[in-house]
Amino acid sequence: MLARPGLPSFDYVRAGALDEVPRLLEEHGEAARLLMGGTDLFVRMRDGFIRPQIVVDVKHLPGMRDILYDEQAGLTIGAAATMNEVARHPDVQAHYPLLAEAANSVASYQLRNRATLGGNLCNGSPAADTAPATLLLEGRIVLYGPNPSTSSGQCGEREVPADEFFLGPGATAIRAGELMTAIRFPVPPAGSAGKYLKLGRNKAGDLAIAGVAVFGFPNGTTPSGYHFRIGLASVAPVPLRAREAEEVLAASPPGEETFALAAEKAMEAAAPIDDVRASAAYRKAMVRALTLRALREVWAQIK
Amino acid sequence: MANHSITITVNGGRERLDVPSNMTLLQLLREKLALTGTKNGCAAGECGACTILMNDEPINSCMVLAVEADGAEIVTVEGLADDGQLTPTQEAFVEHNAVQCGFCTPGVLISAHALLKRNPHPTEDEIKLALVGNLCRCTGYLRIIEAVQTAAENAILSSSKEGDA
Repeated sequence: MLARPGLPSFDYVRAGALDEVPRLLEEHGEAARLLMGGTDLFVRMRDGFIRPQIVVDVKHLPGMRDILYDEQAGLTIGAAATMNEVARHPDVQAHYPLLAEAANSVASYQLRNRATLGGNLCNGSPAADTAPATLLLEGRIVLYGPNPSTSSGQCGEREVPADEFFLGPGATAIRAGELMTAIRFPVPPAGSAGKYLKLGRNKAGDLAIAGVAVFGFPNGTTPSGYHFRIGLASVAPVPLRAREAEEVLAASPPGEETFALAAEKAMEAAAPIDDVRASAAYRKAMVRALTLRALREVWAQIK
Repeated sequence: MANHSITITVNGGRERLDVPSNMTLLQLLREKLALTGTKNGCAAGECGACTILMNDEPINSCMVLAVEADGAEIVTVEGLADDGQLTPTQEAFVEHNAVQCGFCTPGVLISAHALLKRNPHPTEDEIKLALVGNLCRCTGYLRIIEAVQTAAENAILSSSKEGDA
């Protein structure tokens, strides 16, 4: 393949105020694209999948790179915070280690200096490494744009639970004219632990063949006395939770037998495709294996 | 297409330049400033041949627009050596013959330099993880890893010597 350093022509605009962005998106429609880290955008532009006339840089808007933790409100991460900023932040490491682990599993160190948490989520890739952690930590996606409840054309903010955010490959709940400004996470339950196991063709640096996150904590309301959440990446049209597997873990005492059954249910929840990275059958088998391993690791930390 | 006036510091020198929207930082360095040590490999953020320091952190310069680097401090492989004096990392690469065709070397040196700055005593696994984004198609990885280990050891020796003095 020929070297392709050049990008097709477009106009770069650095957004100076939040309200400019919905206006530009409305004015230019499909011809406008938002830029944060650019690690996906520029690849798609070089490959000719998209050809925007205008690229709007939103990463310098107020709050877009902030990472703030509050003992009551939880964690707010600006959409344009980079993977390295998320992974090394002391509050993320202390209270949301699963998210730090997921952010750290993306690509290479130098790419993580540009790639953003918001970008990873808003591209709607089924393989997004931070998606399972965002689902399990009950993240809420903050979107800013035209407010449908007012006819005056005023803009406002709305929150979409991560559970309702991913709609299909490349499709999310982001509406025309909206941008993602932040991801909010509630304070995690006491005594919780998590694990993200990512299988790639290499030990590090690659996209996931399959990714499994497990998050668990003691919970007096379930028959098992514990609550486990399981999130899957790269094995279905969207990142998803394996709800039936979670129900097995809530109903039966934790241990090898229960974990094996839950891993089976997680495998059934996966609906992968054959592609260049792996076959569907292999992916399903790996979901079972990774779920079992992650459950054992989390259980060892919370029991 | 719009042009943008930017000011950047490259290897210690301030530059005022007019750049088109679609020019990458890599193109700016190679084609406008003739700093051809930084290489264009995959142009997709995978191979790391274009790795440079931007505000002290390694990045893929093929994935950054020149206009996004307005106000930034850039260090390329040409800026590592001080007045012709190689850095301990560069010396170690020479000592270990950690260079084959040399195409990946500028990016590897930048990543290694950044690693040793944030973690002066890396384990072998930490070195490998820090260099995941730098592909060597001659597959000379072992010597590269050995060179980084030696650079770290030499840095310890030289800092303990300074301590004695």
